[in-house]
Amino acid sequence: MPIVIAFVAGLLMSAGIAYSQMIDPAKVLGFLTLNSQWDPSLVLVMVGALAVYASGYWLVAAKDKPFFAEHFHLPTKKELDKPLLLGSAIFGAGWGLVGYCPGPALAALSSGSLATLVFIVAMIAGWFISRKLPI
Amino acid sequence: MENFTPVEALMGGGLVGLGALMLFIFSGRIAGISGIASSALFSNDGRSWRLAFVAGIVLGPVLVGMLLSDFSYSTPVLNWQLIVGGLLVGVGTGWGSGCTSGHGICGISRLSGRSITATIIFMLSGMLVATLLH
Repeated sequence: MPIVIAFVAGLLMSAGIAYSQMIDPAKVLGFLTLNSQWDPSLVLVMVGALAVYASGYWLVAAKDKPFFAEHFHLPTKKELDKPLLLGSAIFGAGWGLVGYCPGPALAALSSGSLATLVFIVAMIAGWFISRKLPI
Repeated sequence: MENFTPVEALMGGGLVGLGALMLFIFSGRIAGISGIASSALFSNDGRSWRLAFVAGIVLGPVLVGMLLSDFSYSTPVLNWQLIVGGLLVGVGTGWGSGCTSGHGICGISRLSGRSITATIIFMLSGMLVATLLH
């Protein structure tokens, strides 16, 4: 059951990324690039996602456990430490350079684009480096 | 704002939220795509559900393409920036414990101070780099 849930969850999220065109790095760069053609679409993608997720989250937050698991897995860390601040700034720089964040890049794999594949391989190498060299 | 697509953005965003919510309600997991995909590759623990989630992410656009006849999107031009950008996104989301989905959607919804801070930082950093370069 966890495998089916995870697959369908990923499928829905990715369908949303595709339908909203966030799968297209040109569309994302249209939001990140502040000029006369600025495209606020990404803000509404966030609004739509937050409206659904936040309302559902706070409705079930009172429950003591998920339907098909023993307990909720929630981050416990609270402090704004160096890895969070520096990591987020570095992630943003890569996002602004190419227009891909992890979800849309993986979603665009089926396009068969070599450029997308190169980005994904570099991103995986980056994940490996971050695990080997924690800051 | 001739490129603005508000209806598709809101509906697509709603689908993203629905998928993420499903993972939380049924499995109790935060739908952070960077964390799930990197742990699927580099952690031996809980690999099968994470691989299934990544398979769903990869196949979502195939499903949309079957449902909508006019569905298409562009991909980047092949250049060295993809390697630099990919490395920065990988290292940054690894150190920063999340990306647009985990911090930007799930974390903000939980009112996590860490996620709200992370989202503000990567949005500003992304805008700065994109605006200077494009």
